[in-house]
Amino acid sequence: MELKTMINVTKIRQDFPILQRTVNGKPLVYFDNAATSQTPKIVIDSIVDYYTNYNANIHRGVHALSQEATDAYEEARIKIQKHFNAKHSHEIIYTSGTTHSINIVANGFAALLKQGDEIIVSALEHHSNIVPWQMLCEKTGAILKVIPMNEEGELIMSEYDKLLTANTKLVFVNHISNALGTINPVKYIIDEAHKVGAAVLIDGAQACPHVKPNVQELDVDFYVASAHKICGPTGVGMLYGKEKWLNRLPPYQGGGEMIAEVSFEKTTYADLPHKFEAGTPHVSGGIAFGVALDYMNSIGFNEIAAYENELLEYATDKLLEIDGLKIYGTSKSKTSVISFNLEGIHPYDVGTILDKLGIAVRTGHHCAQPIMSFYKIPGTIRASFSFYNTKEEIDALVEGVKKAKMMLS
Amino acid sequence: MSIQDIQEEIIDEFSMFDDWEERYQYMIDLGKDLPLIAEQYKTDANIIKGCQSKVWVHAEMNDDTIAFTADSDAIITKGIIAILIRVFSNQHPAAIIEADTNFIDQIGLKEHLSPTRANGLVSMVKQLKMYAIAYQTQLK
Repeated sequence: MELKTMINVTKIRQDFPILQRTVNGKPLVYFDNAATSQTPKIVIDSIVDYYTNYNANIHRGVHALSQEATDAYEEARIKIQKHFNAKHSHEIIYTSGTTHSINIVANGFAALLKQGDEIIVSALEHHSNIVPWQMLCEKTGAILKVIPMNEEGELIMSEYDKLLTANTKLVFVNHISNALGTINPVKYIIDEAHKVGAAVLIDGAQACPHVKPNVQELDVDFYVASAHKICGPTGVGMLYGKEKWLNRLPPYQGGGEMIAEVSFEKTTYADLPHKFEAGTPHVSGGIAFGVALDYMNSIGFNEIAAYENELLEYATDKLLEIDGLKIYGTSKSKTSVISFNLEGIHPYDVGTILDKLGIAVRTGHHCAQPIMSFYKIPGTIRASFSFYNTKEEIDALVEGVKKAKMMLS
Repeated sequence: MSIQDIQEEIIDEFSMFDDWEERYQYMIDLGKDLPLIAEQYKTDANIIKGCQSKVWVHAEMNDDTIAFTADSDAIITKGIIAILIRVFSNQHPAAIIEADTNFIDQIGLKEHLSPTRANGLVSMVKQLKMYAIAYQTQLK
């Protein structure tokens, strides 16, 4: 099959210094993109530039460096706002990543929920999107309900409809499943939740590398993402919240930056977004997040999605030619993630052999044990493709899996 | 044979292999060959939780030495267990407590005993030593 791509992969690969290295004497084949994407030089340079030229604490200095750093950090916030099409830049809260973002919302809702209220999550969730809600339910007496999935790894919408009641206060679903790559019908989920007056948080960690979410069009109440999955640095992410919701939620952490006035009797909180940004933030990370979004937009999300889809189809066909290989998550609506196993062979063993061949995949339960329990397996091998991957790399994976099968059976 | 002697014997065996593939194939074969643990000891209580592969360990005192049996659901992990059992089993508790696992470096399998590796082996070695400490106390 010929890849009919608009993307110049050879040129793109030159943007990523790490793709030139070898592992165990073999050229690196990096297929763990769903865990962390690689970083283009332009993003790395922005971090070096920050520490070389204008490293300072932001928002409170009167001196030039502080002003420059503040400007760059706030310009990046506006880039993020525009990327996600938020109405206001103060609806974008910088966080340490998706998990932190989710915890801000969960903690905030602790003050708004009462006994008997209901929270709906999906069977496809990452642990980070289950545990905070369990803790919230323990704290408030709210009840956690789960949208079940089918054999293809899709959420069953008719079951979701039945779970929605006047008691539903919150719905939390990932945009795209990290373990299986299923794209969930988030627009439907949001609209139906709104009909019963519930708020919706969408975890976009896995979606943002592949699509450009439009939060106003989705009419979503909260949307969260991490920079390190979209060519940005680790340790930085964002929480989008509708202004009215962010104003209702109490702050998550106390500290500097998040206050307006402090006395021993009473502290008034700062306005958005600072109310949720206590302490000195990850300044270089925020700036680099903006550069990463610029970089991905310069390639274009339509082009990225089209190319990754071609890689997905190519890899799916090639892998299925291997006897005894089973793919988990076979929805027609999925991104470039393939979760698979070889019959009778532990995924960890396959991952170990692939590593010796310089091929990086993820093995295990992908922090989504409920999904693994559904399929009654200890885990899977997960290969996730990015726009800088190639057909030749997929060939190397297929050969590697065949070799692993030969050695292990 | 002392732990030291067995380790040197294993290093000798591995020195015959030219590349990683031969080393791994040998380990996989060791993993396949050995019925490591009696079914009745493959209980949840004997599981050592690694992140990805399960490891079971059982210990028994015979006179003044400890016999270990163990197993894993992953075959490469099982191969390394076979090597570790060969080194540590039927030894005196004091010798087990003092022994190190540096020989694993020398046979080119260092990454499997790295504390960050999610395979349960590091916890397994710790568990073997815990048993040795416990039995040592009994002997005194």
